[in-house]
Amino acid sequence: MLLPAGYLVVRASNAGATTVVNTITDARTLQLLGRTVLLALAVTAASVVLAVPLAWLTARTNLPWRSFWTITTALPLVIPSYVAGFAFVSAFGPRGQVQRWLEPLGIDRLPEIYGFFGAWLVLTLFTYPYVLLTVRAAIKGLDPALEEAAITLDGRRRAVFRVVAPQLRPAVASGALLVALYTFHDFGAVSLLRFDAFTNAIYIQYRGSLDRSVAAILSLMLIAVTTTVVVGEVMSRGRASYHRVNTAGGRRVARQTELGRWKWPAFAACSLLAVLSLVVPLGVIGYWVYRAAAGADSLAPATLTMFRSFEASALGTAMCVAAAIPVALLIARHPGPLSRVVETGAFVGHALPGVVVALALVFFGARYAPMLYQTRWMLAFAYTVLFMPLAVGSVRASLLQVSPHIDEAAQTLGSSGLATWRRVTFPLVRPGLIAAASLVFLSAMKELPATLMLAPTGYSTLATRVWSATNDVLYGPAAVHASALVLLASIPLAMLLVKDRRIQ
Amino acid sequence: MRRTTAALFAVIFLLAACNGADTDDPAGDPTPAAEATLEGEAEELVVYSGRSEELVGPVFAAFEEATGITLSVRYGDTAEMAAQILEEGDNSPADVYFGQDAGALGALENANRFVTLPEDLISGVPSQFRSVNSQWTGVTGRSRVAVYNPDRVNEEELPDSILEFTDERWRDRLGWAPTNGSFQAFVTGLRELEGEERAREWLTQMQALGTRVYANNGAIVQATSAGEIDAGFVNHYYAYQIAKREPGLRAANHFFTGGDPGALVNVAGVGILRSSDAQATAGRLVEYLLSEDAQNHFATESSEYPMIDGIAIDERLTPLDELQPPDIDLSDLEDLEGTLALLREVGLL
Repeated sequence: MLLPAGYLVVRASNAGATTVVNTITDARTLQLLGRTVLLALAVTAASVVLAVPLAWLTARTNLPWRSFWTITTALPLVIPSYVAGFAFVSAFGPRGQVQRWLEPLGIDRLPEIYGFFGAWLVLTLFTYPYVLLTVRAAIKGLDPALEEAAITLDGRRRAVFRVVAPQLRPAVASGALLVALYTFHDFGAVSLLRFDAFTNAIYIQYRGSLDRSVAAILSLMLIAVTTTVVVGEVMSRGRASYHRVNTAGGRRVARQTELGRWKWPAFAACSLLAVLSLVVPLGVIGYWVYRAAAGADSLAPATLTMFRSFEASALGTAMCVAAAIPVALLIARHPGPLSRVVETGAFVGHALPGVVVALALVFFGARYAPMLYQTRWMLAFAYTVLFMPLAVGSVRASLLQVSPHIDEAAQTLGSSGLATWRRVTFPLVRPGLIAAASLVFLSAMKELPATLMLAPTGYSTLATRVWSATNDVLYGPAAVHASALVLLASIPLAMLLVKDRRIQ
Repeated sequence: MRRTTAALFAVIFLLAACNGADTDDPAGDPTPAAEATLEGEAEELVVYSGRSEELVGPVFAAFEEATGITLSVRYGDTAEMAAQILEEGDNSPADVYFGQDAGALGALENANRFVTLPEDLISGVPSQFRSVNSQWTGVTGRSRVAVYNPDRVNEEELPDSILEFTDERWRDRLGWAPTNGSFQAFVTGLRELEGEERAREWLTQMQALGTRVYANNGAIVQATSAGEIDAGFVNHYYAYQIAKREPGLRAANHFFTGGDPGALVNVAGVGILRSSDAQATAGRLVEYLLSEDAQNHFATESSEYPMIDGIAIDERLTPLDELQPPDIDLSDLEDLEGTLALLREVGLL
């Protein structure tokens, strides 16, 4: 976690003091930073507004086809941002598919998909599931007794909101944080949608003059901004407890909210969302696969590539979740200044563009761990650094909902520390662990820059294949690999969601 | 626990600081090419290639068959891999770097990461397409062109000089990719041939005409074919390579001739890394890439310009001596810095 920061400080210090000052105060750079902050705010706000009602709809109401929507609303997460960006440009661009369909109707120009609007739309549609998943898990963990008590005392349904909202706040905050960090570090979508984000400034340094010092200074600026955001979120969580205090009586199953006449509008809204976030990208991919098939291009991605993707992601997931457990335990069970520092450190890695983290690991790996450099283990370690916040967030959330009193009770009854963990705590936080594993797995499947640099030479994953095919403007093979990627990545997520439903 | 964390941090910084400032510029001037020799043999070479597998994979395979040497190739982005090599330092596993454009090669040369290539290895390559100090050599060339949609534009309408595109009738009809290395090299050439003021003027006028910005050359060609724009500034081989896959592609090339700044020829090139233990074997790969077999392959399969004499070029291409491309040092990074500063100034970057 500290490695990227260490690398950046070293590289930045290679530049002279004047360069540092010039870079930090450059008007254009600051403008880019400002625009990116604005984008992050907009995307986060939209994601929260979208995800919270959706979470409630899919967890607690009698929405028609609820199980179906449970899965489809979370699925956009498996689509890489570079694929999503490409799909939206292809569909909604000035001469895209949609414009061509609508041309007979006399529609000549669609609203401009490029720029801030397009970047905002695509990022929101493909990152809101971060909020959705955390909030939905929190809703499931709510104690209905509190809501029933509120209604008894107040008499109006609105009372439920006043009781539920504060309990969901940490989940919303942690999901929103992930969305914000993602927006800060994304490069694929914003570049395809031609929005000049701050990551663009960093990439230009790497691609143009290969000036790693200036790139490092810019990355440190990004860290400064995102650290502020992370600290804000950590502080906002405060010291409140979110687990059930009085364990007398069993946990009651929550009552479903009746939607009444809102049933079909809600259904329509979910459908619209699914069309935008799933049908559009999958449709564009499908179109290119169809064209590839028509041109008799080889259709099947090599089994080896699929296996490699799976292997790398699985290794990374195992390492990441294992590393996240002690961190989450520290944060949840021993809150204090140290845990806040650790938490901030863990999240910072998620705010950097992949290329920066990759180069940091190249630097340390090649020079200090040449045996491990460019092996599967190094790659798994890279995934751990990159996706630690996802794992920590999920595990911490479910740890927070388990009362520490249960641990203490078990120990009073004679169970040792390790046995307590194994027999009591672990089963209770298992949902959190499984959620963490699914999130990390799908993120690892999509990952690109670190894989390109740190995987063993000759080891290609589905993501790298999509990238190289796109570079060669071979959209057919790119689409084929992209569809395999989406399919494989969605398996753990779908399994998680289905399992979740059954426990309910 | 707190002390341990702080200690750990300190250790990492110290280690990194000691090592980070060092090996980028090992002392000593490059050996003159006439005296350069390559030492070290191996049965396997590691290549970092910024050129895609689709384009160069077959050439590597042919090399393996011809020589029995195994190639382990890492495909990636040209600039990112150069950065990777710079970060890896002396421990870099790479023996050979194959870059898509001269800027990245220049960066590695500046950091002294290449060994001098022996004169007899690269003498067949014209001097403007290899490094001044023989640190790297071009393998294929690509020319800047204006790609246009033949359904929407007549070839006669297209000006002979790229400078004449600032005319009003091209409003909202053109596209470019300012983040692309070849475009930046073209701007460097423009600055050198016409002067800084004229270059700035051209860029601002083109912007005022509503020239659309794209992420890369492929996107420009696709947009041209789709009719989103009528013409764009790209490298010559895109139209041909994409047309192989998509016979219905509506895109043709218009070359700029007679020393026009629009006629810049950029190279894809190779260098042997100083950190390699198998430099002599790497030399054999360089030799192969400059051989008739490989150069023929590049000329026919990817429609690029070969570097050595006597290779037939694709008939749709304008020969290099007609193009008279501007003779600038493509790997001069200070020049590139100036270009980047200009592009930032006019707001394109």
